[in-house]
Amino acid sequence: MSVLVYIESEQGRFKKTALEVASYGKAIADQLGTTVTAITINAMETSELETYGVSKVLKVNNDSLDAFNAKIYASIIQQAAEKEGTKVVVVSSSVNSKYLAPLLSINLNAGYATNVLEAPVSTSPFIVKRTAFTNKAYEMFQINTDVKILGVSKNSFGIKENKTTASIEDFTPSIPESGIHIESVDKASNKVTIADADIVVSAGRGLKGPENWGMIEDLADVLGAATACSKPVSDLGWRPHSEHVGQTGKPVASNLYIAIGISGAIQHLAGINSSKVKVVINTDQEAPFFKAADYGVVGDAFVVVPQLIEKLKAFKAHQ
Amino acid sequence: MKILVCISHVPDTTSKINFTDDNTKFDTNGVQFIINPNDEFGLTRSMWFKEKQGAHVTVVNVGGTETEPTLRKALAIGADAAIRVNTPAIDGFSVAKQLAKVVQDGGYDLIIAGRESLDYNGGMVPGMIAGLTNSNFVNNCISLEVDGNTAKVTREIDGGKETVSADLPLIIGGQKGIVEESDLRIPNMRGIMMARQKPLTVLDPINIAPETASVKFEKPAAKGAVKLVSPDNLDELISLLHNEAKVI
Ligand SMILES: Cc1cc2nc3c(=O)[nH]c(=O)nc-3n(C[C@H](O)[C@H](O)[C@H](O)COP(=O)(O)OP(=O)(O)OC[C@H]3O[C@@H](n4cnc5c(N)ncnc54)[C@H](O)[C@@H]3O)c2cc1C
Repeated sequence: MSVLVYIESEQGRFKKTALEVASYGKAIADQLGTTVTAITINAMETSELETYGVSKVLKVNNDSLDAFNAKIYASIIQQAAEKEGTKVVVVSSSVNSKYLAPLLSINLNAGYATNVLEAPVSTSPFIVKRTAFTNKAYEMFQINTDVKILGVSKNSFGIKENKTTASIEDFTPSIPESGIHIESVDKASNKVTIADADIVVSAGRGLKGPENWGMIEDLADVLGAATACSKPVSDLGWRPHSEHVGQTGKPVASNLYIAIGISGAIQHLAGINSSKVKVVINTDQEAPFFKAADYGVVGDAFVVVPQLIEKLKAFKAHQ
Repeated sequence: MKILVCISHVPDTTSKINFTDDNTKFDTNGVQFIINPNDEFGLTRSMWFKEKQGAHVTVVNVGGTETEPTLRKALAIGADAAIRVNTPAIDGFSVAKQLAKVVQDGGYDLIIAGRESLDYNGGMVPGMIAGLTNSNFVNNCISLEVDGNTAKVTREIDGGKETVSADLPLIIGGQKGIVEESDLRIPNMRGIMMARQKPLTVLDPINIAPETASVKFEKPAAKGAVKLVSPDNLDELISLLHNEAKVI
């Protein structure tokens, strides 16, 4: 009966969103009067889960599972859910969770809600609040199937402590044939990703050309932030496509989003609006971004950003 | 190669989003509908397979008669045939089941859908079709080649990309990158004329008990005014971000 949470890890370590997933699972378990079971795949150390309300850990360790495979992972989570008699499975909104969850949904004949913001509004009928229309609206979404899958929106429910003690069980599911063969992986290992970042520093066409991105990277470095850009910037080839954020690019749900030389077109804003705090730096005080931002500086990026970097360095040095 | 491109009919990206019937229905009044951008990237890629590899391209939509102009546009861009499954697209789960039936009956080799639709952002239809038809599936596809019975696909992952190979039949969740923005095609007069002659088949839906439902919508609360900080006083910005917003 327990709520099953899928705890993602990367090279054996939990991803930050995984702890939010655990916290969310605990809130539902409390509503339903049950406990939380976590499934981990090749995680090294699982005791941290006891801080976020997990009572049982199903630990899968198998070298053949080092690389993510949606079909295989979905099958493993399905087997865990069936073994536990789970009625609610919670996953994150990561690229990999969004890849496997629809497959899991078919495996378990479970209704699936993505981009869920809060603990269920009611459990009978089962209704959750999610974002729709790329953050322009919220949808109350009802799931009627016996088993349900919820994908929690990043940085919405938050990470909440709930001390528990967890039993740990080694779990050896059967591994299906996959049909997908990895040929190569190309990944910057030392860079903060937009998906994981607490802070995102983003720049637009106002920067005039790719040669001016040094200060954007410096600002991101000082803040431990990921770098992002508007769509025309990636279309022009000034920055890689992987940095394009917005309605047709990556979604951003960071704590802080700093937009530099970005006008704030509706398609841009839609994709970054779930960030908690937004700062805009733009020469044009009529730029629509000022209507969406919490803090704004009307000024020239080429003057403001270098000063901001110096001042932040001084600030950090005193921390 | 037989390709099926799944086309979602969505409000234009600049649309004002409003609701009617006590906030239970999306208000289509004055809204322009377009081919879902993620689907349009896939459709454009399928044109390349048609022109270079002789593929036959069918587009499909689950929806009422109001979606036919969107399908005609896809035909004008160059698809060979269109199918409309005649039932409202009430949720991702039921749309996927209708599409899985079309996939199974049509014997398609490659099924290209979008990573997510820009209206409900469900992001579940391509994966569910794969689950229902037991086909290979790659999501977040940013590059797609097919050689004989094998596809080479690059998918975006957090912080990078991964290239995989998989046999057909294959389901793709596409997005920008599968083609570039500059590759997108605007239908020309000839395309529009030809589209009128191309078959648009209307299929009866299969019976499905709804498993999920939209109950109600809300709009986000209006935002407070921006706090402006002088460019000569950036210490204040740092102090606000540290003490007030608590984000640095
Ligand atoms: C279907 C569709 C989907 C789209 N999806 C996306 C999306 O996902 N993401 C996205 O970003 N866009 C998207 N767009 C594009 C969007 O409409 C805008 O064109 C785009 O966001 C503008 O990018 P920008 O703000 O960098 O450039 P601009 O609109 O050109 O703005 C540049 C800004 O820089 C400011 N500026 C100039 N010089 C300086 C300076 N020295 N210092 C400070 N500021 C300066 C200017 O005042 C201006 O506000 C989409 C469009 C369509 C039609």
